[in-house]
Amino acid sequence: MTTTTITTTTTTTTITKGKPSTFYETFERKAGKDKLTTHYCPGCGHGRVHKLVAEALEEMGLGDRTIFISPVGCSVFAYYYMNTGNVQAPHGRAPAVGTGLARARQDSIVISYQGDGDLAAIGTAEIVHAANRGENMTVFFINNAIYGMTGGQMAPTTMVGQKTLTSPYGRDAATEGYPMRMSELIATLEAPVYVERVSCTDVKNIHKCRKAIRKALQLQVERKGFSFVEILSTCPTNWKMNPQDSIKWIQEVMEPYYKPGVYKDKTAEAKPLPKSAPITDPDELRRILGLEKGKTEAKTRASIGERRIKIAGFGGQGALTAGAMLATAGMNEGLQVTWLPSYGPEMRGGTANCSVIISDKRIGSPLVMRPDVLIAMNRPSLDAFEQEVAPGGMIIVNSSMIDRKVSRSDIKAVYVPFTELAAGLGLKAAANTVAVGAFLAQEPLFDRERIFEVLRTSFKKKEAVETNIRAVDEGFNFGRT
Amino acid sequence: MKKELIKGNEAVVKAAILAGCTHYFGYPITPASEIAQAAAHFFPLIGGTFVQAESEVAAINMVYGAASAGRRTMTASSGPGLSLKQEGISYLAGAELPSVIVDVMRAGPGLGNIWPEQGDYNQMVKGGGHGNYKNIVLAPNSAQEMCDFTILAFELSDHYRCTAVVLTDGSIGQTMEPVEFPDHVKPAPAKDWAVRGDAETRKNLVSSIYMSTETLRALNERLQKKYAEIEAREQRWEDYRDDDAELVIVAYGVTSRVAENAIEELRRKGLKVGMLRPKTLFPFPKKRLQELAAGRVRRFLVAEMSNGQMIDDVKLAIEHKKPVDFYGTYGGKLPAVEEIVDAVETAYNRQS
Amino acid sequence: MQAKLPFVEIKSNQCKGCALCIDSCKPKVLSLSKAFNLLGYQYAQYANAGCTGCEACYYACPEPGAISITKEKKGAVSA
Repeated sequence: MTTTTITTTTTTTTITKGKPSTFYETFERKAGKDKLTTHYCPGCGHGRVHKLVAEALEEMGLGDRTIFISPVGCSVFAYYYMNTGNVQAPHGRAPAVGTGLARARQDSIVISYQGDGDLAAIGTAEIVHAANRGENMTVFFINNAIYGMTGGQMAPTTMVGQKTLTSPYGRDAATEGYPMRMSELIATLEAPVYVERVSCTDVKNIHKCRKAIRKALQLQVERKGFSFVEILSTCPTNWKMNPQDSIKWIQEVMEPYYKPGVYKDKTAEAKPLPKSAPITDPDELRRILGLEKGKTEAKTRASIGERRIKIAGFGGQGALTAGAMLATAGMNEGLQVTWLPSYGPEMRGGTANCSVIISDKRIGSPLVMRPDVLIAMNRPSLDAFEQEVAPGGMIIVNSSMIDRKVSRSDIKAVYVPFTELAAGLGLKAAANTVAVGAFLAQEPLFDRERIFEVLRTSFKKKEAVETNIRAVDEGFNFGRT
Repeated sequence: MKKELIKGNEAVVKAAILAGCTHYFGYPITPASEIAQAAAHFFPLIGGTFVQAESEVAAINMVYGAASAGRRTMTASSGPGLSLKQEGISYLAGAELPSVIVDVMRAGPGLGNIWPEQGDYNQMVKGGGHGNYKNIVLAPNSAQEMCDFTILAFELSDHYRCTAVVLTDGSIGQTMEPVEFPDHVKPAPAKDWAVRGDAETRKNLVSSIYMSTETLRALNERLQKKYAEIEAREQRWEDYRDDDAELVIVAYGVTSRVAENAIEELRRKGLKVGMLRPKTLFPFPKKRLQELAAGRVRRFLVAEMSNGQMIDDVKLAIEHKKPVDFYGTYGGKLPAVEEIVDAVETAYNRQS
Repeated sequence: MQAKLPFVEIKSNQCKGCALCIDSCKPKVLSLSKAFNLLGYQYAQYANAGCTGCEACYYACPEPGAISITKEKKGAVSA
């Protein structure tokens, strides 16, 4: 057995706390000669918060991974300073842009740094919904109760009575509403993991601010979702105060209304969000998309001309499906086909219809206005479309449900009891396949086998396939007589 | 690939995924909703992202974000939604971000109705938002082209770093037709300008803000140069029986399909009528129109489901060398074949 | 010449004279200059003695690089 002796000596090193490396050494993107200071006014709260964020990113080793979003507001130029990936966003939209970034690059650290006009006015929808989805991003919300960049107009967070360029007599709650408490609002949502309001005033509170920033970033590192840190911050220039009085104004006027504190903290129970990586293998993509390899061979080169068909019934009778069956079978036969449904609210409850064109040449308009064949599955369909049928055309009438005859004499009328024939097979829902059979009896564009192929691929249960095949046959046999 | 009978709207999504699109952001609107629905189905299955945004504005800004991060990304909507998206499209142009937008046009103005129209031409082809920019605009007239042009839109938008729009309408979006999806799609190019949240791209900035007049002027000049290059290289069209035509119909999208029927009818009557179908609306197929105007064509007739939003482009392309007539309809109803036949016959017989 | 540790260094041409560092300084060793810097501001300056290294001024200052603090760091080194 050997013994190791550990000697401990205390050494003294010199350290300098200065500008974090997550700030650019010189601000080359900034115009003008001075590339070392910010564009912010003396005593502005933005600079302090930038510094706290930069310090946290450096110490947490996040510089390479961070995407900093500069929105519209005084911090629109944050990309001059932050030595991270930078994206500038439209006014108020940073949380939406951040959503795109966070979903696109799930290992990145997305920071949405927004002012009060940006976040609480023009971007209200974006912040609320990004928070509600629990996007893995961190929002730093600078609340200085005014629009800074545009020169001092009223913000949604402007205090009651506060004079600004657009509230020259002081904000009047009766006409301009009350200052919005965004932390409280965001904290009512389920998804956000952490919501805190801090006040960037004296040293003690700056340290609270520093702690909150780190915590929010750490939560994002752990993929625990959306965190929101509201920072009460000075705007001496637009408040028309010196920096010292500005700090006092936050303490005396803002803090009593915007109470600092933790509004939500689900750190303990929050689970990391799952990650996904897009599949890039083309074969795997094709399999997922259900795309079959190989070529569709034309089965025949029959000269059938062009048939314009309208199939109509009430919703649930399967008029649209019958049309799709014919179109698919026609395609498999090597013919040109189109299928266009009546879409939108008109489909619900009312008459549903579709236009089907089957042709041996290129098809023009997919909308059938003058059908060669109308398949009328109920009375309203016959009433609605009888007059549209082209002279010399045909109507196939569901005589189970339509108690009148076709009134025109320049067209052929065929009466087939779709519903009864289907009911006879014990499957009333197969009235539309009966109709398809009846159609093929009158218009032998292709063999019934083409329809059977479609049925075999569209129904999973063998029994359903067989019943529908019999329904086609029933319609076909009845339609021939 | 084997042919699949599929709605144009759904073909867009399969084509986009084949093209390497991984991120879809959208908002429901008739008649474009099938695109969002198919995206909601397929994007999670391929390890991608589908987000139903809180608004059209948010959706286009999510596209901005994912495009900034170097992904192939898209959204789709219809007229009222596109009006809302214009802000974001201007920013996409300013930041030179590639992105694909599908506009399945419906009838306007205002809420209008949900049936097909072509009244978004101005807002999509002429820019639409603030600033000096244009989008590449592709105009499919079939489900097959909904597939092909979606893929082309991704390729062009990455190549030129601009937004490419697939401008279609409710009827093309809703129609099922056989579509053959391609066996091979070119992968996206490397995007060294993107901001991916890694060491390699840490230095990068995606932005549309240029504070000095000189740099903003330079951006604008670069954009105009890009648009000139697009005009020179990317004009696409289809000639339909226009080789011997005395009157040429200019129509795109579903109107061109109705025009085909009309031309068949007119030819039967002995009228020498053909069609020039723009497949790209920006760039507008000026070259071909100029050739036609210099030849035997006596007149042109623009047929649109709008109040004539495309007619200026035709007149400017042919420099007013030949008369241009117009047939237009709106409100959501497709033109009847006879209406176009009548309009063309009247124009054909006009002496001046 | 190296000042006595700990000390605060103020880059006078990065200071905008907001004086928030002066307010934050407990030992009261910071003051505003009479002279103006290149930016046109009276700038904060250190009395060259009395800094405790508390870093309050560093965090109070809104400018990224205007203030730095140098001090001793005691650390245990194992051998």
